[in-house]
Amino acid sequence: MKEKTFNITNDTGIHARPATQLVNKAGQFSSDITLEYNGKSVNLKSIMGVMSLGVGKGAEVTIKADGSDEDEAMNAIEEVVKEGLGE
Amino acid sequence: MSQSLTGIAASKGIAMAPAFILEQPDMDIQKKSVSDVEQEAARYKKAVATAKEELTLIKDKTLKEMGEDKAEIFSAHLLVLEDPELIDAVEAKIKEGVNAEFAMKEVSDMYVSMFESMDNEYMKERAADIKDVSKRVLLHLLGMENTSLAEIDKETVIIAEDLTPSDTAQLNLAYIKGFATDIGGRTSHSAIMARSMEVAAVVGTKEATSSVQTGDFVIIDGLEGTVLVNPDEKTISEYKEKKEAFARQKEEWAKLINETSVTKDDHHVELAANIGTPQDMEGVLANGAEGIGLYRTEFLYMGRDELPTEEEQFEAYKSVLEKMDNKRVVIRTLDIGGDKELPYLDLPKEMNPFLGFRAIRLCLEKTDMFKTQLRALLRASAYGKLSIMFPMVAAIEEVRQAKAILQEVKEELTAGGTEVSDAIEIGIMVEIPSTAAAAEIFAKEVDFFSIGTNDLIQYTMAADRMSEKVAHLYQPYHPAILRLVKNVIDAAHKEGKWAGMCGEMAGEPTAVPLLLGLGLDEFSMSATSVLPARSQIRQLSKKEAESLVEEAMTLSTSAEIAELVQKRGFITEEM
Repeated sequence: MKEKTFNITNDTGIHARPATQLVNKAGQFSSDITLEYNGKSVNLKSIMGVMSLGVGKGAEVTIKADGSDEDEAMNAIEEVVKEGLGE
Repeated sequence: MSQSLTGIAASKGIAMAPAFILEQPDMDIQKKSVSDVEQEAARYKKAVATAKEELTLIKDKTLKEMGEDKAEIFSAHLLVLEDPELIDAVEAKIKEGVNAEFAMKEVSDMYVSMFESMDNEYMKERAADIKDVSKRVLLHLLGMENTSLAEIDKETVIIAEDLTPSDTAQLNLAYIKGFATDIGGRTSHSAIMARSMEVAAVVGTKEATSSVQTGDFVIIDGLEGTVLVNPDEKTISEYKEKKEAFARQKEEWAKLINETSVTKDDHHVELAANIGTPQDMEGVLANGAEGIGLYRTEFLYMGRDELPTEEEQFEAYKSVLEKMDNKRVVIRTLDIGGDKELPYLDLPKEMNPFLGFRAIRLCLEKTDMFKTQLRALLRASAYGKLSIMFPMVAAIEEVRQAKAILQEVKEELTAGGTEVSDAIEIGIMVEIPSTAAAAEIFAKEVDFFSIGTNDLIQYTMAADRMSEKVAHLYQPYHPAILRLVKNVIDAAHKEGKWAGMCGEMAGEPTAVPLLLGLGLDEFSMSATSVLPARSQIRQLSKKEAESLVEEAMTLSTSAEIAELVQKRGFITEEM
């Protein structure tokens, strides 16, 4: 299993377009991928799950990928996060 | 029998055609137990697959006809449709032996109520998306036709309770001439889409669907906000003329989008637009406004339960400044209090809210809140041509205090290395008679004035125009108002400053010649008034307008002055 923690620096947090991009990217992999924030964990392939967390700016989130393509998945997701969401 | 309904004019234009009532399918969903759960799950999968095909088609069509922005909503719909959590939840219910319809409805209702209860406009809109998607799947499960707007093949106007995003995207503009709805306001989704598709629309009629039947001949007047059902021949021919006149007028106006607002004798004025949110920018650009004369920031603070953050404000201000591409943007600091309440601020109830604790008076006391806004404004100033305007100024001390706070915030920011423009103009709204009367004192300490006519008139006349018995005293052309406006403009010019007006009056055809004659530099109005006003100004001469003002100054009543403008032929034929 792969696990990484990110700081969300995007001004509006994980909303709208960035959420759509994350979910789309996660959907391309077969691994189970989760997003954890504030003690809650949701499926990163679920747009409604991701948006229901209400992740705002300054949040620390943990992404976990578990499965045969977990390495590729984590790399791809990290790229999406760094492009528009945070570090 | 002919009948007339009144609603909100949501999109300009006139449509005349037989009506098509878009019925909300009667989806009565009962819980049933199923024995073959495998087959039920397959039925659900098939409905989702069909919905996916449809949505993909709609998305492609929208992308092609209306652009990426509008198509994005359907990308979101597709993600909702294929959301694994939603699908798993529905399938789990089906495995327990309930029918697919009931399972789908229960799960989507759960998500809808979850998103609706979030205190965030964006999330609330997502609830509407979920409803739209779930309705599509349910219709397939029930074997019902999704009333196909796309199949309409003759001239039609649509009558509906409301139109969903997927409804509007399916409208074939070759045949659909306009629509009327029971619910909604000027900023509801259907109204915004109607304006971008340029079809006539009247929303919020309350009873369109109950008063009109499919096949009735209907006139939708998106200029006045009326819907006429089965009008007589005479009315129809009147409307034909009105429709043609509007089309001609629009063509004339459209030619002026990139033109300057110059009088016949070569005097240039600035025609700017008033906005409430960054979403209004589309209309501003489409109507060729030369600047933003008033950005009301209150909307950032309203409809929520806490103050907006500095980041939220910064993003909003920045986006407007960037879109205006170095044209002037006047942003008014928070004008709240009195009648416009923010429940979370817990302000005291007052006997006379209009004469009470509001706008700059409130900001100068709640300095933390004020500083947050100023910081956001200063940071945004790096992205365009920003002017900051303080509202409800009654005394020069307020200006000095506000400027001192602004300076303090600016120093903090620049000390921290943040880029702040050094060309920001600082101005005030002139809407209290004391400020208008003593304008020369203020002109020395600010960069510009913007006259707020609604309040200036009601404070000068001591008449609330909402109060029926005294509404006749709300007189925009009262000799006192003209003298105050003149005093403000003259005071500004004496100090080499500019004077604008951002009240409703600035776009009134009767007021424009008078204001031009008085020397007003900037006229700020709703975006849709800009082109008509430009057309009027291009037919006027500054010199003649000055002689009009000279004569107006000798008259004693508002009515006489308005009549004079008319009589001397300063108002061109307008719709």
